[in-house]
Amino acid sequence: MSVHTNTRIVVIGNGMVGYKFCEKFVAKEKKGQSFSLTVFGEEARAAYDRVHLSSYLSCKTADDLTLAPADWYAQQGIQLYLGDPVVEIDRTSREVRSHQGRIVAYDYLVLATGSGAFVPPVAGVEKDGVFVYRTLEDLDLIQSYAHTVRQEGSGTFRGAVLGGGLLGLEAAKALLDLGVDEAHVVEFAPRLMPRQIDDAGSQVLQRQLESLGLSVHLNKNTQSITGDAVITGLQFADGSHLNVNLLVISAGIRPRDELARAAGLDTHPRGGILVNEQLQTSDPAIFAVGECAVVHQMVYGLVAPGYEMAEVVATQLLGATSQFKPFDMSTKLKLIGTDVGSFGDPFASEPECRTIVYENKAKGIYKRINISADGKQLLGGILVGDASQYNMLLQTCKNQTVLPPDPEDIILGSRGGEETGLGGVLSLPDEALICSCEAITKGQLCHEIANNGHTSVDALKKATKACTGCGGCTAMVKDLVGAVLNQQGVYVRNTLCEHFEYTRQELLDLVKMNHQKTYAAVLDAFGRGDGCEVCKPAVASILASLWNENILRQDRATIQDSNDRFLANIQRGGTYSVVPRIPGGEITPEKLIVIGQVAQKYGLYTKITGGQRIDLFGAHVGDLPSIWEELIRAGFESGHAYGKSLRTVKSCVGTTWCRFGVQDSVSFAIELENRYKGIRAPHKLKSAVSGCTRECAEAQSKDFGIIATEKGWNVYVCGNGGIKPQHAQLLASDVDKTTCIRLLDRFLMFYIKTADPLTRTATWLNKLEGGLNYLKAVVVDDVLGIANQLENEMQLLVDTYACEWKEVVETPELRQRFTHFVNAPAVKDPTVQFAPMRDQIRAREWA
Amino acid sequence: MESIAIDNQPLTWHVACRVDDIPQNGGACALIDGRQIAIFNFTRRGQWFATDNECPHRRQMALGRGMIGSHAEEPKVACPFHKRTFSLKTGQCLNDEGCSPIQTYPVRVSAGIVYVGV
Repeated sequence: MSVHTNTRIVVIGNGMVGYKFCEKFVAKEKKGQSFSLTVFGEEARAAYDRVHLSSYLSCKTADDLTLAPADWYAQQGIQLYLGDPVVEIDRTSREVRSHQGRIVAYDYLVLATGSGAFVPPVAGVEKDGVFVYRTLEDLDLIQSYAHTVRQEGSGTFRGAVLGGGLLGLEAAKALLDLGVDEAHVVEFAPRLMPRQIDDAGSQVLQRQLESLGLSVHLNKNTQSITGDAVITGLQFADGSHLNVNLLVISAGIRPRDELARAAGLDTHPRGGILVNEQLQTSDPAIFAVGECAVVHQMVYGLVAPGYEMAEVVATQLLGATSQFKPFDMSTKLKLIGTDVGSFGDPFASEPECRTIVYENKAKGIYKRINISADGKQLLGGILVGDASQYNMLLQTCKNQTVLPPDPEDIILGSRGGEETGLGGVLSLPDEALICSCEAITKGQLCHEIANNGHTSVDALKKATKACTGCGGCTAMVKDLVGAVLNQQGVYVRNTLCEHFEYTRQELLDLVKMNHQKTYAAVLDAFGRGDGCEVCKPAVASILASLWNENILRQDRATIQDSNDRFLANIQRGGTYSVVPRIPGGEITPEKLIVIGQVAQKYGLYTKITGGQRIDLFGAHVGDLPSIWEELIRAGFESGHAYGKSLRTVKSCVGTTWCRFGVQDSVSFAIELENRYKGIRAPHKLKSAVSGCTRECAEAQSKDFGIIATEKGWNVYVCGNGGIKPQHAQLLASDVDKTTCIRLLDRFLMFYIKTADPLTRTATWLNKLEGGLNYLKAVVVDDVLGIANQLENEMQLLVDTYACEWKEVVETPELRQRFTHFVNAPAVKDPTVQFAPMRDQIRAREWA
Repeated sequence: MESIAIDNQPLTWHVACRVDDIPQNGGACALIDGRQIAIFNFTRRGQWFATDNECPHRRQMALGRGMIGSHAEEPKVACPFHKRTFSLKTGQCLNDEGCSPIQTYPVRVSAGIVYVGV
């Protein structure tokens, strides 16, 4: 018989840190250890994500924000009392008493009471329409008040936030999401986010926020809140006045120490429960964590150090030793769409250090780094408008990595994907903390990736909980996965599939040397098995890029991917869309009329595409040849909207009409589109030509883009829109048309021959060893001596172009494949259904 | 539609189409007794297969337009919409556990005519 009873732990507070303590504790608890865990929460809800509180108004529900549902606590054997705050701690009998009269004894007590909003002593804070911003309940109150104001409909709805710090700007975001007519931020200090950024950074941030519709008032000492029972405005000490219907006070936090104070624990005169580095209060059986605690003479008002405190206490209660060390207060966040980062010592200044500042007013970017006087170490810095380098800079700073000889490169050199001078994520030491919320190091992540096969961000989230806190480390974790895999050689040979042990580039060379023109010949010679939906389209693309023969002839029809198989884009319901080529977006009224007539005749939905042409949707597969017959008769050709091939060369009107144009962009776009039409590549190709630097054709977002200059044309390559937008990079400047075409021939052919399947030019360049410099060396300087060959290969494709739809329309055996029922060619698929929408039709919903 | 009943079989064999109507190493759809059936001429393996034309994932009538191939030894078809792949032998979905299987049907070829048993 054991006389040993459970160790009883009581946690007061079920906020983010209180929850994290429970999570860490049950995760660390070993079999045979016997504890009982009781949690009291003041709010009626189980712990939720307060960091992303403003998303409650824009997109998320309360459930989305919940950290763990109530039954999680039950499953872990945790007794959770919600809506029942503890009102008294009896340290003599070691018991707590709750509001509802529950009395629970403890061996150890963990105070995680958090903080409340600090409300400054301004006259009138009790008026209706004045709120704090701390809990979901606060947000509900704000939302319902805003609703009432709008219902009364008394003119302009003006909302203001008192406080221009991190939380205040979050609250301002919430106001914008509520749809106020005017949103104001009022700050006492001369700058925004005074604890994180400097004056210059604040000015850039202010301009960005103002451009998004926020009014910023700095240096404002609020004297009183005006109005009778209901707020009407703010009166400032400088005599000025601001009319508002709603005020959110977000002027700072105040640690919730009242319970501790009443129990006789030591507290700080300005608020907060005093604890040592073990996070023990003046009573060794009582710990305090999170924003209610004062450690190192400060309150850590961020979630990451709170989580670390939870870890420290959980570790100690389970019998090990642990201490809370001074914690890095670096932060990165997106404020109303603007990135702001602040790391290390953001305010260090000369002469102790050298400061490098980069400011781009037009783009709203400000970057500052502080470097030790000997130029070797990064002490801290500030990023506004573009915080993409935050993680690397933070790691460089924390790990005291020795800086490159030209430290300015680390904030300047990375524009456009060039080397940052910092080395990749792999150059960090193993102990570098990648996820500071969950304290996950680079070494742990690398171990999971390399040894446990967790090779995606999702898998790593499950395995380590990295990226599950603030999410700020996600990009870096992703980079780490790529880098580790690359190091292991996983990406070095990207073979096609189980049927071909070759990369696309290798197979292309083999097929070329051996003059194979059918899939069967390629599979027999270099593959095994019967092929699949991965290698078939890849080989189809190779055959098309090499020989440019009609893709539906010989055995090639059945190896084409969904769209190429019927030379049209398959859409919901199994109908197809039809896009005739309109080079450069230029079209005569006569041809426009034909498109209209065809659409009417075949009952098609019409829409202008992003590539300056017209898409006709809802065509039955059996109607496609007749539709094309009519279009071809009117002089149209296939637009290859279905192919991994050139889509359009978009253009602005250039000198032909525009008063700013410096070159004839339309003519050049038409020339380029006609040159490269029909050429198949590893992925689709988009292009544009702009007639001047205003760039109306958006050439810098294209696979190849041309921008007119006074002297000629600038050539940009490898841009992308899509999931991961990337600006195109300058390949050559001020070249004439002939040179431009020659460079494009080489560039495109080099891409066609070397890229992996379904890899856009941007991704191809990102993976290309040596990056843009290498590409320039090959394409412009011809270091490989292949420029002539590339040009000749391209010329062959240009010379062998034929409209593939024309060939199908004129060839009965190709044309007869365009039926839904082979045994009833005249019958259309009866399951195809349309619904009316705005005078046209649309496909029915997914079943 | 012409149909031939064969004794001692629970199936009814229907004339589906001519052999030439189905592209080699590919498929097409036939309308059989009001039902849409995808027929595949897997020339490379010397085999014929027939399945539902409807992909259960998004209920699109398109499997007959899908690419065929193999996974290890298993013959399969990939839906042109979202590339769910199904075994041509068993109808099981091979790359999405949550996806229902498709119905498969026996095929006979005789004198240039393709028959499907339903």
